[in-house]
Amino acid sequence: MTGAPVIDVHSLNKSFDGRRVVEDFAIQVGRGRICGFLGPNGSGKTTTIRMLCGLLTPDSGGGTCLGLDILREGAAIKRQVGYMTQRFSFYEDLSIAENLDFVARVYGLPRRRQQVAQALDRLGLTRRSRQLAGALSGGWKQRLALAACTLHEPKLLLLDEPTAGVDPVARRDFWDQIHRLAEDGITVLVSTHYMDEAERCHEIAYLAYGKLLARGTVADVIAGSGLATWRITGPGVAALARTLHSRPGVDRVALFGQTLHVSGQDPDLLAAALADHRASDGLHFQPAPPTLEDVFIHLMGEARDNFS
Amino acid sequence: MTGPRDGLSRARCLAMIIKEFIQMRRDRMTFAMMIGIPVMQVLLFGFAINTDPKHLPTALHVAEPSVFARDLVTALENTGYFQVTRHVDDPARIPWLLASNQVQFAVTIPVGFARAVQRGEHPVLLIEADATDPAATGNALAALDQIAHTALDRDLSGPLRSLRQPPPAFEVRVHRRYNPDGITQYNIVPGLMGVILTMTGVMLTALAVTRERERGTMENLLAMPVRPVEVMIGKILPYIAVGYVQVILVLLAAHFLFQVPMIGSLALLSVGVLIFIAANLAVGFTFSTVAGNQLQAMQMSFFFFLPSLLLSGFMFPFRGMPDWAQAIGEALPLTHFLRIVRGILLKGNGVAEVAPDLWPIALFLVVITIIALNRYRLTLD
Repeated sequence: MTGAPVIDVHSLNKSFDGRRVVEDFAIQVGRGRICGFLGPNGSGKTTTIRMLCGLLTPDSGGGTCLGLDILREGAAIKRQVGYMTQRFSFYEDLSIAENLDFVARVYGLPRRRQQVAQALDRLGLTRRSRQLAGALSGGWKQRLALAACTLHEPKLLLLDEPTAGVDPVARRDFWDQIHRLAEDGITVLVSTHYMDEAERCHEIAYLAYGKLLARGTVADVIAGSGLATWRITGPGVAALARTLHSRPGVDRVALFGQTLHVSGQDPDLLAAALADHRASDGLHFQPAPPTLEDVFIHLMGEARDNFS
Repeated sequence: MTGPRDGLSRARCLAMIIKEFIQMRRDRMTFAMMIGIPVMQVLLFGFAINTDPKHLPTALHVAEPSVFARDLVTALENTGYFQVTRHVDDPARIPWLLASNQVQFAVTIPVGFARAVQRGEHPVLLIEADATDPAATGNALAALDQIAHTALDRDLSGPLRSLRQPPPAFEVRVHRRYNPDGITQYNIVPGLMGVILTMTGVMLTALAVTRERERGTMENLLAMPVRPVEVMIGKILPYIAVGYVQVILVLLAAHFLFQVPMIGSLALLSVGVLIFIAANLAVGFTFSTVAGNQLQAMQMSFFFFLPSLLLSGFMFPFRGMPDWAQAIGEALPLTHFLRIVRGILLKGNGVAEVAPDLWPIALFLVVITIIALNRYRLTLD
């Protein structure tokens, strides 16, 4: 981490109609870091992102974004932040070039025409610049949105599920671009549901039910879960999954195709629970480090038990 | 009900009906409009609208008091149509009172009227009418005929008895000012300008902003460094231009198709048009900060448009309405704009006559703009 954190907020709270959506949220993100924001639907990711860029006012708590107070200096923050909404929110009835031109004017960019032309060039959309944004496919809309929200060279990018509904190739391109931006010193906070994307982040934050449950690098989070996991392969794992479900020591059972992931917090108890089945024909038992997904499913389950 | 499997199913119809009612109930605004619009219509049509306006404000200039003059005024008032609101000493003030819409009629009883009646000279009684809206003055002027015949009967006794009809003791001469032929188009066509500007102005802006919210582009806009007043100006200015195009179209039609006279200054009119359009657009902008979707924005526009149409004096004579309805009408920009546009085109009104109707629109604009800017949220809260 070099210098002061770009995002530094603490004890943020937000309720809608009496329902706590974000609870005592605190996070610090350093410059040039890509921070993945994970958590089930409705866990408060979008609300948190909106509070960071001044679209929502927290009920309590506060902090800084780019060294500016999120409560009082929202206008100044907006000028240095690029925010990409979950849903495509540029003008579908404007052409690609017109959308970029609009953004350039709003931010009062110097050499506007040149900047828009360069952005179109980088996008590879120069020849289609007159096409209406509404006519673009999901992947292209996403590229246009990213180009538009980085046009003013923001220092912080807030991306709210930018790759939802985008094909794997476009997602890969997108992430390559995010890493290039981070190398240039831009800080990125990106929410996602994809595990492979989480693993491409420098660090992750896991939210559930409005609470921050885990924080750190992927390795930190996995290690911090204290989870023991076994991988079981072979025929009949589906049946085994049903049997194991209720055994003491087994917290989670998840089936991935022909592989069963069984995890629990107490390694000895878990081993004991599995011991009875190890004799079964054709089944191969192997202790393994838990995957991020195991950890998340575990965290989500724990959170559900605690809060519901 | 038994029947073919794919026939009309009561359960499925019921499912649809129940769903539809639930959605109707959830959409509070639409529900309020469903109830509100008929209630408003009934109240406005039923109580406020009166196509036979009475007690019309009348200026009276009596050059020489006499019994005849007094009885004549009583007779005028007894028709129910005339109500003397101004006693004018200087007849030169009469044109101002008519032009600035303060009176509908001006009655002048000339010097020597009484003597002339007594001598059987059948003097002239001058009644000037603001005839821009023929509907507002028609019945009153028709009632005048009777007056000449009967107003002075009580006074013409004894030796003057012979002056009783026919012919009447004096002659009533009516000057229908501004619209001598009583051409309805002269009144309606300029009025339509205001109606068109109200309808399109309010609706277009209300939809323009609501559309941003409905399509999700508002979130993006809010995340960018655009100030509310900039959004408002950006939304309003293009429609002011649209409004001017509409004004030009109406003026061209008025001139070439309907031969509506255009006596006053078009420059002055364009100033009035500017403030009026801005006021309507501000209303639309305010609605858009309240409406959840484009349909609601549309309904709210109608909610505003309806009283504007009915209570402004466009469709029905303003002075025929009860006081409460006139009070609502006075608060609506269209009411004042109609007076401005008719005044400038038909009466040739200048700044002095227009000002009393210009400032209420300006005030309306300021108040609505403040409301709009207060309601426009910089956040999504």
